[in-house]
Amino acid sequence: MRGLWRGLSTLAGLLLVWQLVVMLGELPPYILPGPGAVAVSLWRNAGSLLGHAGVTALEIVLGMLLGTLLGCGSALVLGYSRGARRWLLPVLIASQAVPVFAIAPLLVLWLGYGMGSKIAMAMLIIYFPVTANFYDGLRHTPPGWLDLARVMAPANRRWAVLRHIAIPAALPALASGLRVAAAVAPIGAVLGEWVGSSAGLGYLMLHANSRMQVDLMFAALLVLAALAVGLYFLVDAGLKRLLPWHLPIPETETD
Amino acid sequence: MPPSSAAIPFAVPSAPLAVSLRAARLVYGGLTLFDGLDLELAGGCFTCLLGPSGIGKTSLLRLLAGLTPPGISGELQGGDGLPLTGRVAYMAQQDLLLPWLNVLDNVTLGSRLRGERQDRERALRLLARVGLADYALARPDALSGGMRQRAALARTLMEDRPVVLMDEPFSGLDALTRLRLQALAAELLAGRTVLLVTHDPLEALRLGEHILIMNGRPATLSTLPDLPGVPPRDPGDPAVQAAYRAILRLLGAA
Repeated sequence: MRGLWRGLSTLAGLLLVWQLVVMLGELPPYILPGPGAVAVSLWRNAGSLLGHAGVTALEIVLGMLLGTLLGCGSALVLGYSRGARRWLLPVLIASQAVPVFAIAPLLVLWLGYGMGSKIAMAMLIIYFPVTANFYDGLRHTPPGWLDLARVMAPANRRWAVLRHIAIPAALPALASGLRVAAAVAPIGAVLGEWVGSSAGLGYLMLHANSRMQVDLMFAALLVLAALAVGLYFLVDAGLKRLLPWHLPIPETETD
Repeated sequence: MPPSSAAIPFAVPSAPLAVSLRAARLVYGGLTLFDGLDLELAGGCFTCLLGPSGIGKTSLLRLLAGLTPPGISGELQGGDGLPLTGRVAYMAQQDLLLPWLNVLDNVTLGSRLRGERQDRERALRLLARVGLADYALARPDALSGGMRQRAALARTLMEDRPVVLMDEPFSGLDALTRLRLQALAAELLAGRTVLLVTHDPLEALRLGEHILIMNGRPATLSTLPDLPGVPPRDPGDPAVQAAYRAILRLLGAA
């Protein structure tokens, strides 16, 4: 409740600053429309905004799902097999080093103007944070738990140890990765839409921009921001519910 | 696990298993902590290994547990001449309860790791025995330190192994909780071959049927004369007090 109150105050403050800048700078509406003009545009174009937002939201969610699956799979392979680590780690780092902006036109070329290229963009942009965080968690299972498992089970039960101890222990780390993913996945989707698309909030913004409908651009931007913030809080709340426990503080070895 | 041991929750292993370690050697960072160390554990007896911090007690215990730390070697076998693998249960200073599992699932962790059928009824009986009957479905973080260590004790007993290795399992607890848990451990582990590593002389005197002292550098083992009485002994017992003074003299503290 207090968080909501704080959020609303911040929002009101931002709107006030916005209005002040417009009034004091005497800016024409085609450079910076005031909050009022944007609100009117938001209301008038509600139907079209909602439709485009739906497309973008679907791209983001599908990109999140597929990227998470791919990231978790990669992290498991990395954590399980030393040979794969040598081959996959450079790929993982390259996936982060190559700017997604640079690949976006290629993806559109290969996957077309439809949703596929946008989903792939969102996937690509979240692949690294998901994989890196989960892999990090898998590598740092508290050693005491592994000792216990080694005394309890024969050495050929590695998969069971991974499943019952290492993976659950790495879930909080995966959760941090998913929070970052939720924050950056919308960037991927909108980037894809900017490069070439026929629907979505990014498409709407480009379209409005070329026709000097700056108020509509802002309206689309607001919807996108709301979508991104909503996704983040949804993911955060879901993770907190699913993972109510915390890892113990790393223990010091005693003799 | 044979069905007979499932029917009687605290069944003593049919044949107590002695443990023998020969020529144990630990070099750590160029420093020889011990070399040519021999350790014999009498089958079915509660042995305490007492020594100051940093002497290598934990490393010795880990060697027995098959958790061979780097730089350590030695010939280890059971009294029957076979390796100890799969016949040892381990209890550490940390309770090592998995926070995402409830207490019951923690107690049955071993069978899950080995892909065996889980004997939940036996686990529940063991939990009742350590006084956690009402907490079977609770998460570990809802438990106090003493209760968590009780759950760890139940998990250790659930393994039903002839040899039980304990690394200062009670040292993180307050004095009263520690005394209660020591009594409980002495009662529930009777008949098994137990090695408890501790730096607390009173704990060793309270629990040990045999007491080994590890001291010096490179460290050597010496055996303390067996005390009268059956563990858990009363810490105020004159014989315990006299032995306590002797140990302190031996360790150079008094």
